[in-house]
Amino acid sequence: MKGVLPGARIGGARVVMLIPYLWLAFFFLIPFLIVLKISLSQTAIAQPPYTPLLDLGGGWQALKTFAAALSLDNYSLIASDSLYLASYLRSIQIAAVSTLLLLLLGFPLAYGMARAPPRWQPTLFMLVALPFWTSFLIRIYAWINILQRDGLLNQFLLTLHIVDEPPAWLASDTAVYIGMVYSYLPFMVLPLYAALEKMDENLIEAAADLGCPRWKAFWLVTLPLSLPGIIAGVLLSFIPIVGEFVIPDLLGSSQSMMIGQTLWTEFFLNKDWPVASSIAIVLLALLLAPILFYQHVQKHNLTERA
Amino acid sequence: MSIRSADHGSWLAAQAESAPPVRPAAPLVRFGEVSKAFSSGIAVNRLSLDIFEGEFFALLGPSGCGKTTLLRMLAGLENPDGGRIVLDGKDLAGVPPHRRPTNMMFQSYALFPHLNVENNVAFGLKQDGLSRTEIASRVARMLSLVRLEGYDKRRPHQLSGGERQRVALARSLVKRPRVLLLDEPLAALDKKLRNETQFELVTLQKQLGLTFIIVTHDQQEAMTMADRIGVMRDGRLMQVGPPAEIYECPTSRWIADFVGDVNLIEGQVLAADTGGLLIAAGTAGQLRAAPPLDCKSGDTVWIALRPERVQLSCEQPAASEANCMSGTVHNVAYLGEYSTCHVKLDGGFIMKAKLPNMTRTAEQRIRSADRIWLSWSADAAVVLRR
Repeated sequence: MKGVLPGARIGGARVVMLIPYLWLAFFFLIPFLIVLKISLSQTAIAQPPYTPLLDLGGGWQALKTFAAALSLDNYSLIASDSLYLASYLRSIQIAAVSTLLLLLLGFPLAYGMARAPPRWQPTLFMLVALPFWTSFLIRIYAWINILQRDGLLNQFLLTLHIVDEPPAWLASDTAVYIGMVYSYLPFMVLPLYAALEKMDENLIEAAADLGCPRWKAFWLVTLPLSLPGIIAGVLLSFIPIVGEFVIPDLLGSSQSMMIGQTLWTEFFLNKDWPVASSIAIVLLALLLAPILFYQHVQKHNLTERA
Repeated sequence: MSIRSADHGSWLAAQAESAPPVRPAAPLVRFGEVSKAFSSGIAVNRLSLDIFEGEFFALLGPSGCGKTTLLRMLAGLENPDGGRIVLDGKDLAGVPPHRRPTNMMFQSYALFPHLNVENNVAFGLKQDGLSRTEIASRVARMLSLVRLEGYDKRRPHQLSGGERQRVALARSLVKRPRVLLLDEPLAALDKKLRNETQFELVTLQKQLGLTFIIVTHDQQEAMTMADRIGVMRDGRLMQVGPPAEIYECPTSRWIADFVGDVNLIEGQVLAADTGGLLIAAGTAGQLRAAPPLDCKSGDTVWIALRPERVQLSCEQPAASEANCMSGTVHNVAYLGEYSTCHVKLDGGFIMKAKLPNMTRTAEQRIRSADRIWLSWSADAAVVLRR
């Protein structure tokens, strides 16, 4: 390969490395800047429904008037109206409870999978991942069918005489939790499984050999060693659940809204793009903390292994 | 000799002064007709074995012979299907691993990756609820014993293979177990480090006066370290005895072949008298050997002759040797301290022989295709019935 110059090869490698950065710039950074800009604008009855508009042809002067027209009014509105605060708090509360339920349900599931005979593990893995193969929306509609007043769940409970009156499941927090736990279970189970599966069974035996009963070995060895998996599972569930819109909208009550629903209302019903944008920016800022924490842990793990 | 209650320091000193151990009548560990089967087959088959206090006992066998399973049953990590395991006169049936006074050093070392060296070693002591100061002093003493001072804050992944091995050893010794179980403890080390560690382990065992049971597939390792060796095959003990006995007086062809290098020659007894046996050994010709107790004319026997017992010479030796025959050198391999060669006897049998290289030019003496004489005395070989 005498014809290929080393410089050309390095250039090729640079282009390849550039692709993810370009992707992030075009599909994340630029849209984010647009949303940020809209959040600083004022609502207007126009197309698009906000001012000021950036006029790049107007030169320096136009840019100055544009900058002067931007304001933090929308953020002070969000801060002053308790509706938004309640919405954020409700989202975080639902996400926290759902994540806790997911962890309690997901850990034994992942543990069982990791300790199953190796020939069963691919099948079990497939069973956990299988729901991804059908549309998310259809699966939530299926839950409406199960949870409605004359749905499968109530028929089952009535047949077994567990209840005399069919309870209303839909439009309640219970239904939202059921939907959340059902939908996000794979996000919790798979990282936990990955962490538990690579754990050396000898470690538990060594703990027992050194005088540690099995239940205690779980706390002293299994749990600390699966911590990276727990953190990954918790964040992979918690972060998207906070912003979840479809599940609370279809299964929850219309009395109290999660932040995703509030955002949807501002955007589509009130046509208030600037307020909707600032809600999104605040949500992002809230979620940035756990994301940064996750990255820190990941980096820590990488240096540990190196 | 109380190990659990004595202070470590004075107990060590007492051990150093004491006379060589006299074997007590009662064994420390007794396996009685112990069996264990897995779905893949029988691992241990009605095996009985006594191990005595202060012994360095090696379980030697090829992989899959059940030696590790036997060790794990003593540790309580597997339950026997049948038979009894008795330690210190107490039946261990139903005693969970965390209540047994044994400690195990795992082949993979099984160091806790989330704990540093100090906490790995202290893990077992913490389970016993000892005071912090006692734990700290015992961990420090144990780390100095395995020459790991100053390593206490390191994590296992920051250590070399040899250092990890020593942490695992310290962790399993720090609780002063009645029996220390070592599952292939040196398998992951390179050859040079392995040889050094073998001697260190023996020194440590004698110094502490503990009972060690080691599992290994490496016969050289077992011979170097053990007071007694139990050779296992297919879940059964084939032979138990001191290393020299296993090597010099194997009880079967399989043992003779498994432990060390050997020429196995099949033959029929032609004549048996007080002077020895005359054996017709096919392509190897007629051989003389010292008899085993019960051999009569017509029996099929095997002669096991170690390669280093064969004398090689270029001239016909004096007629004093019982066995003497000529052949052609097939090939010679120079291995440093000795050379091995294959000699094709005139009858066609290929005989292995080992020559120590006493001088720097020794390897010049014999070349491939040389005519050569082989001789050995009647008692140089072992006659085996099975």
